[in-house]
Amino acid sequence: MRVSKATLTGSRVRERRLTLGMRQAAVAKSAGISASYLNLIEHNRRRIGPDVLARLAQALAVDLAILSEVAEAGVVQDLRAVAALNTSLKAELDRLEEFLGRFPGWAAILVDVFRKATVAQNMVVALSDRMSHDPQLSAALHEVLSAISAVRASSDILTDVQDIDPEWRAKFLKNLNGDSRRLSRGAEVLVTYLDAPDKTSEAPLASATEQFDAWLTERDWHFCADFLAKPLAVQNDLQLLPTKSARFLAQKWIMQIEKDQKTLPDVEFGAALEQMGPDPRILAQQFGADIATVLRRLGSWAGLRAGLVICDASGALVFRKPIDGFVPPRFGPACALWPLYAALARPMIPLQQDITLTGQDGRVFRSFSICEASFPTGFDGPELREAVMLVLPQETAAKSDAQDVGASCRICPKNACAARREMSIMAEFV
Amino acid sequence: MTHKVLLIEDEPNITEAMRFIFGRDGWLVSAEPDGAKAFAAISYHRPDLVILDVMLPGVSGFEVLSILRADPVFGQTPVIMLTAKGLERDRDASLRAGANLFIAKPFANADLLKAARDLVEK
Repeated sequence: MRVSKATLTGSRVRERRLTLGMRQAAVAKSAGISASYLNLIEHNRRRIGPDVLARLAQALAVDLAILSEVAEAGVVQDLRAVAALNTSLKAELDRLEEFLGRFPGWAAILVDVFRKATVAQNMVVALSDRMSHDPQLSAALHEVLSAISAVRASSDILTDVQDIDPEWRAKFLKNLNGDSRRLSRGAEVLVTYLDAPDKTSEAPLASATEQFDAWLTERDWHFCADFLAKPLAVQNDLQLLPTKSARFLAQKWIMQIEKDQKTLPDVEFGAALEQMGPDPRILAQQFGADIATVLRRLGSWAGLRAGLVICDASGALVFRKPIDGFVPPRFGPACALWPLYAALARPMIPLQQDITLTGQDGRVFRSFSICEASFPTGFDGPELREAVMLVLPQETAAKSDAQDVGASCRICPKNACAARREMSIMAEFV
Repeated sequence: MTHKVLLIEDEPNITEAMRFIFGRDGWLVSAEPDGAKAFAAISYHRPDLVILDVMLPGVSGFEVLSILRADPVFGQTPVIMLTAKGLERDRDASLRAGANLFIAKPFANADLLKAARDLVEK
């Protein structure tokens, strides 16, 4: 059955265009279509014929396959998840393919609504989490309430006590003045904190990690040494991040990349990579470098299709570069079966493991993981761990040797999983 | 008879106001800003009432209270807890930890004084 992929393809066209920083008019012109038509395409309101898609791919300097591939699996997955939202309505899951084929537009709208709802839902969770657990907010509130209490205690005295001694009176007036200043400072901090800090992004409430991810995506997850050698350019680029916390993450990553590039310079590493292929062990040996450094370099190497995830000792993903077919979860922890976590528990032992993604089309990825421990404040300080996992598409490996893993529990269709942590929203259908 | 109150509070201006208010009402007032020294201050001053802030630097008021309640000599000392959070969960936690009363900041001086009188005269 021929299933239209136009819905998601449009989004891809838009993403690609925005990444390149091109205007709709320019892209439309070089693809030989009108700007308004391109606009409709980008918003998934028109199907794209194969000719137009080919011309768009050319205009956007991107492989045609990248614009058109695997949208289908994603849409099917999403529609299943939509159906799972209310099982009592009994969506005709057995006719899902037919639905997609006959009503691609409606399917797209459903998926679009579902995605927006999911984002909104996650945002609500993140916000309420932030309200109740954010130490910064809690400290700011505490400061304001303390100042108010102090103001009130002094002003009560000044108001209620008629025969107050002038010396006391002066003292409380002075306290009142000090505390009211403190109160206005505290209020300012609070307002700054609560004020939507993000005027540039489309999703002002996105978390710092998401802003960081978006920033990296726009830069193709890659920074060349020439660019990093210009501190001013780097600083300017960091300013494009909408929040301080996102800048913090980016700054940290850039420092890491700079260090990695010193160990494995672009030219030499590129030559070795070309000659020996992306084998982390051989490359590490060749340069006398840490395996983790090699994994990070490979993971952010322009031109190498690679996914890269990094977690800290808590298992929280601090870096999430997706590739087609392997998409780390945007919220919450990943699948417990990821080799990343096996590596985390065994510092300094390299781990190679082929994986397939549950519910995907059986493509095999080869993963290389290692965990490094460090003591940044000395041996008597805390031990920090960081596990890195590089994920490379593997055309030739046997599927039977691969470990089947998920993205995150909540959306994983594998019901009978030994590592299941929470109920899946897909569970009822598999 | 003169009552003794001990304030365990890290805000100097609040302490000063309380000193004034309670002093004017005839109480003997002592104060300890450091939560870690709270229990030592209680055993030294032997107050009839402790007014205890929940949010103290380094140590929480709940910890101070649980140490106090476990003590065979001073364990029964009435305690009013103050918190800047005014949250339901703090109220519950302080009552569970054995506070006699919970007052949310900001409070009126007169209310605190009245609550204190009621507690020690009971």
